[in-house]
Amino acid sequence: MVEQEAQVRCRVNGADVTLKAHPLARLLDVLRGRLRLTGTKEGCGEGECGACSVLIDGVLVNSCLVPLAQVEGAEVTTIEGVAASDEQLDAVQVAFVEHGGAQCGICTPGMILAAVSLLRSNPQPDERAVREALAGNLCRCTGYMKIFESVLAAVKKEA
Amino acid sequence: MGKQIVGRAVPRKEGRDKVTGRALYIDDLEFEGMLYGATVRSPVARGRIEEIVFGEGIPWDEFTIVTAADIPGANSVALILLDQPYLADGVVNHPEEPVLLLAHTDKYLLEEARRCVELRIEPLPAVFNLDDSLAKKEIIWGADNVFKTYLVEKGDVDEALNEDDIIIVEGEYRTGAQEQLYIETNGVVAVASAQEGVTVWGSMQCPYYVHKALIKLFDLPEERIRVIQTETGGGFGGKEEYPSMLAGHAALLAWKSGRPVKLVYDRAEDMSATTKRHPSLTRHRTAVTREGRLRAMEIDFTVDGGAYATLSSVVLSRGTIHAAGPYNCPNVRIRSQAVATNAPPHGAFRGFGAPQSVFALERHLDCVARAVGLAPEELRRRNFIHEGETTATGQVIRERVDLEGLLERAFELTDFRGKRERFARENATSRIKRGIGFASFMHGAGFTGSGEKYLESVVGIEATEEGRVRVLSASTEIGQGTNTIFAQIAADALGIDYELVEMAQPDTANVPNSGPTVASRTCMIVGKLVESAAVGLRQTLAGAGLLKEQYSQEEFRSACRSYVERFGALRTFSQYKQPADINWDDERYRGDAYGAYAWAVYVAEVSVDTLTYEAHVEDFVAVQEVGKVIHPVLAAGQIEGGVAQGIGFALYEKVVWQDGRMLNNQMTNYIIPTSADIPPVRVYFFENPSTHGPFGAKGIGELPMDGPAPAILNAIENATGISFRHVPLMPEDLFDALAEADTEVLAGGVERG
Repeated sequence: MVEQEAQVRCRVNGADVTLKAHPLARLLDVLRGRLRLTGTKEGCGEGECGACSVLIDGVLVNSCLVPLAQVEGAEVTTIEGVAASDEQLDAVQVAFVEHGGAQCGICTPGMILAAVSLLRSNPQPDERAVREALAGNLCRCTGYMKIFESVLAAVKKEA
Repeated sequence: MGKQIVGRAVPRKEGRDKVTGRALYIDDLEFEGMLYGATVRSPVARGRIEEIVFGEGIPWDEFTIVTAADIPGANSVALILLDQPYLADGVVNHPEEPVLLLAHTDKYLLEEARRCVELRIEPLPAVFNLDDSLAKKEIIWGADNVFKTYLVEKGDVDEALNEDDIIIVEGEYRTGAQEQLYIETNGVVAVASAQEGVTVWGSMQCPYYVHKALIKLFDLPEERIRVIQTETGGGFGGKEEYPSMLAGHAALLAWKSGRPVKLVYDRAEDMSATTKRHPSLTRHRTAVTREGRLRAMEIDFTVDGGAYATLSSVVLSRGTIHAAGPYNCPNVRIRSQAVATNAPPHGAFRGFGAPQSVFALERHLDCVARAVGLAPEELRRRNFIHEGETTATGQVIRERVDLEGLLERAFELTDFRGKRERFARENATSRIKRGIGFASFMHGAGFTGSGEKYLESVVGIEATEEGRVRVLSASTEIGQGTNTIFAQIAADALGIDYELVEMAQPDTANVPNSGPTVASRTCMIVGKLVESAAVGLRQTLAGAGLLKEQYSQEEFRSACRSYVERFGALRTFSQYKQPADINWDDERYRGDAYGAYAWAVYVAEVSVDTLTYEAHVEDFVAVQEVGKVIHPVLAAGQIEGGVAQGIGFALYEKVVWQDGRMLNNQMTNYIIPTSADIPPVRVYFFENPSTHGPFGAKGIGELPMDGPAPAILNAIENATGISFRHVPLMPEDLFDALAEADTEVLAGGVERG
């Protein structure tokens, strides 16, 4: 199937990459398989659970629904690109550890990207806004309370 | 000595890896030369396999193909009975039953190939619900379709039912199947060969269950089988028994191909083929005095086990024992049975039978209260169990139980009585009907009856040459916090910092069998073993003259280093011994069913929109007594998560069946609560340290699954006046019932529930 491969150039977590794959390959598979960025998880493969959430040019998307061709020239951010460095986690990540926002951890990368995306567009959200912003990301462990607390705690810290 | 760590919200051990995406789950692992595996499944519910046809256009010679004929050992999943085959041989008994396995390097071609295998099966008559199974419309399992029955008897029910001046209240209650819906689907990777034996990595709750199953499947000695748990993205019971199936399948493919094989289900396969909560039917017949004292409870409890026995007998056991609740009733008879249907086997799901029977009881008691003319809380108050009184199995409660206190606290926090009055006033003229309801209940921690005695779980602790300690246990971290609470317990038992304690990866080659990660047993039973193993380690160091009675952390570390230098490895182990005050009679099903119970009162406030027929939980308060809270954030997280699953069980999560097959096997049409659906859940703990758990802790994992469904439906009755008797309660059920109620009102008014 080599003849069907396309060459796509984009930036992933700040680094320029050139990806050769079928243009309709799911971004999720390319991130996980080619780039070994396995922090992005597959929960359902149909855009319902949000475990595969990434940011494309700052916009939150389900990477299981994005064909590779669509990220040509775009900036992709995955969970591996959220922290400033190994030592310096994002305020949202710190809050998730401190406030019990992560239990089994499988929805956590997507949930954190959804929260980061919210805080970029609305730095002072109330709980209602947090609930709405995370409604596309399913969690089966926490009942969401500790996730709301984590996001709101990150807001406080940032303020 | 260190400061106390138990009771504090220390950071989750693996938290940093989880928030950075570094935690590695099974699908994140790649092996050199790895093949992907796929499962060809039965399209029919029951039948005889006549032919397997490999369709054209697929390079079949590139594929590894495994059928029942390739199995080196026994073709049955070793659990309790041996009735479930790894691969169907001659007959199939449920839709999605595994018949044939395929492996290839190209997972897209593999999927194409899977679709090109045609199973020609001559259908046999099948049974699709527990009513037909009970009626023996067709005998599909054993002589009578019955996997297991129990009888619990206390006092003389027949005599009490015939007493003068009593009121008899009857009711029938049903609960539906429920999908665990962990966000990480089931998956394993296997490496296997006759020379090396079998090694499996995977997402699982119980490495030693998988270990036991593989020993039988391959007929290999136990040291040739190795099972390693990888980071696990949720379980809730759904990864208790089923991973033994996946592990066997991947290992058979690896055995035949000589290459590593990864078998990870996609969501649709995981939902349609793996276990769910047992559907149930409970019939209650209750005798109560005019003053509201329970005289007799006659309970018939039936669960639908699906096509094979799997864990149904133990699910039934827990459901049976919890069926009469935390009440002091002198005469109780509980008859229960698990029956077969031609659906994929139902299995473990948080609560394990108790959410089903507790739903029935707590709904029924609201009906009993109405029949007697008492407020539901007053009826319960007059019958709550206390220290010195006995449960249905005759277990004498030997701890202080304060259900009245829990109830009062829950009512205060929710302004229960005020709201009942206000809603009654406002509902008459409002399109949105509001209601508030509650449930009171208990949940036993650990294996039922003699279970823990037979498990004889073992935990180890080792000191490292760096002067750290490592907990050796097969109890898995699946999100609930095993790593963190075990480290807290060990740290306090040794008087050292939390950071000095590591957790060994559950790997049957390196950790002892601390039993399965199920049954709300990890904290109470295994946690206690962690504590005693740690004490043993300290005593060993002291016995070697390396540690004084009082020591600093540095002295402890240096003692560990010296010990390891002089004597080699330092490991201490602790094995479960059943305390002398726990006695259980398996024959008569009487005695101390559990070492300890957690007690709870949950209150739900709901709104029912009479235009859209949506029911919504507006507020939720969970008050419970759990012994001792080891970690306040994790403990609250357990309760909140369980309540959310309970809300789903009550109002959202409906498995749609057709001929034994789940039709809505997608997240698109099997709906779990989202962040927009969940009300504020307020959690309150009472502490009353138990002698059986570490630092007084009892089990809490399953407890929160029991209360929400009855509390919510009791609230819906309060809002609408309609006494619904099944979950999930969907908008269409509300539509039907409210439309019928309207018709009756128009026709002249009929008093309802």
